[in-house]
Amino acid sequence: MIFEDEPVPGYPLPILPGHTSPGRFERVLRAGQFAVTAELAPPDSADPDEVYRRARIFDGHVDAINATDGSGANCHMSSLAVCALLTRVGYAPVMQISCRDKNRIAIQGDILGGAAMGVCNMLCLTGDGVQAGDHPQALPVFDLDSISLLQTARTLRDQQHFLSGRKLSFAPRVLLGAAANPFAPPLEFRAQRLAKKVAAGAQFIQTQFCYDVPLLRAWLDQLEALDLLDRVFVLVGVGPLRSAKAAEWIRGHVPGVHIPDAVIRRLAGASDQAQEGRRLCIELVQEIRTLRGVHGVHLMAYRQEESVAEIIERSGVLQGRIPWHPGRDQPTNQTKVAS
Amino acid sequence: MYAVRLWSVRHARGLNAFYRGFEACLVALHPLFRLIGYRRLERPVAALERQVKGLLFDCRMCGQCILSSTGMSCPMNCPKNLRNGPCGGVRADGTCEVLPQMRCVWREAMEGAKRIPGGTVALAALQPPVDRRLQGRSSWLRVVRERRGEAA
Repeated sequence: MIFEDEPVPGYPLPILPGHTSPGRFERVLRAGQFAVTAELAPPDSADPDEVYRRARIFDGHVDAINATDGSGANCHMSSLAVCALLTRVGYAPVMQISCRDKNRIAIQGDILGGAAMGVCNMLCLTGDGVQAGDHPQALPVFDLDSISLLQTARTLRDQQHFLSGRKLSFAPRVLLGAAANPFAPPLEFRAQRLAKKVAAGAQFIQTQFCYDVPLLRAWLDQLEALDLLDRVFVLVGVGPLRSAKAAEWIRGHVPGVHIPDAVIRRLAGASDQAQEGRRLCIELVQEIRTLRGVHGVHLMAYRQEESVAEIIERSGVLQGRIPWHPGRDQPTNQTKVAS
Repeated sequence: MYAVRLWSVRHARGLNAFYRGFEACLVALHPLFRLIGYRRLERPVAALERQVKGLLFDCRMCGQCILSSTGMSCPMNCPKNLRNGPCGGVRADGTCEVLPQMRCVWREAMEGAKRIPGGTVALAALQPPVDRRLQGRSSWLRVVRERRGEAA
């Protein structure tokens, strides 16, 4: 979809009535489109070009790009910096904020700073434990949890003051998101936990990897019973598995990822496992798209980012829509000559 | 002690009922506490609270106890200090992502909450950020002063 007031890099869009952010992602969601987001793995580098290279892979296929915040408790370029680089050229980033590494003073500062640099979407996370990453010696901060972080961000935005009560002269205008894992025990508490996140200010949800649609359905039914489906935009996490061996490893080592045995057997039985993994992902996207209460997918294709375009293309979920990317609306030289 | 902690969750109903009575006694003793002076009482009461709740709940003395809202499973034993529910990292067998030898404190909390009248409703309440200044201080005395409308 093309908005008549597409962004000029570095300048905010006008805020539409009923919106809380000047961002394109919120516009796509509220327009009722099936949204696509993808996760960008921040580089182990101080070179901005590496960020842009990683973003360009998604051009024309995603509505927003998530910048992870030390995901898996591994050290990378900060999410705030990745987002600032992305907004410079007009991308719509989702700034992930984890409670693991920063206290409430640092986090509130980052929310203001991110918004000042044009970040319109923030995902409030608890974060993985430090034991999962490459610096297990580090101090786990966890001053806030994901829900008190949501409350904090909403206080900044809606009450226009810090947690201390000190006034802001200009509030951050952001769409607030949270994560959900419909596949981890205690399953019966998962919907209630989401209800708390919505009550704390979550407007959109990005879930953990989904490889088990029946469990996802059960969770959506619980959300419906709690009357949550129309109160929050749900984007279901998906990603291609490279091989049965990789799937086994992820299941054993990445916290919170549930992969049923049937999926691993299917991969193991395929002649080209990587291709089978992508095919499985496409099928999942197509099936997830039909579920009531789902407003999009969130692709996490770690080290297979180039497969995102193929998955989105072949699943057909964008229905011919081309999400904005730098250069999309610029006439090519040929059309210029023709006109 | 871990085994005692699990016992406490299994007996959440009784412990909660006992605490209700205990709290009422403490609130009734407010005039006496004032006479002695809350500042003078702080250290000995906090020491007692640490012993009792340390034994029963592996209490971390956060100073703002919410055990009645968490099924008598202390959320400060969560390695991420989560006070609003379980993270997404809980293992398939229900153990903790960070400490695999420990059952998720929130899974325990759910079990305990089911045993307390109104426990599951309390579980849904949004808990504000922890006030880290209260670490090590008595939650009991704080509750009494709050019930009596005094700033703790």
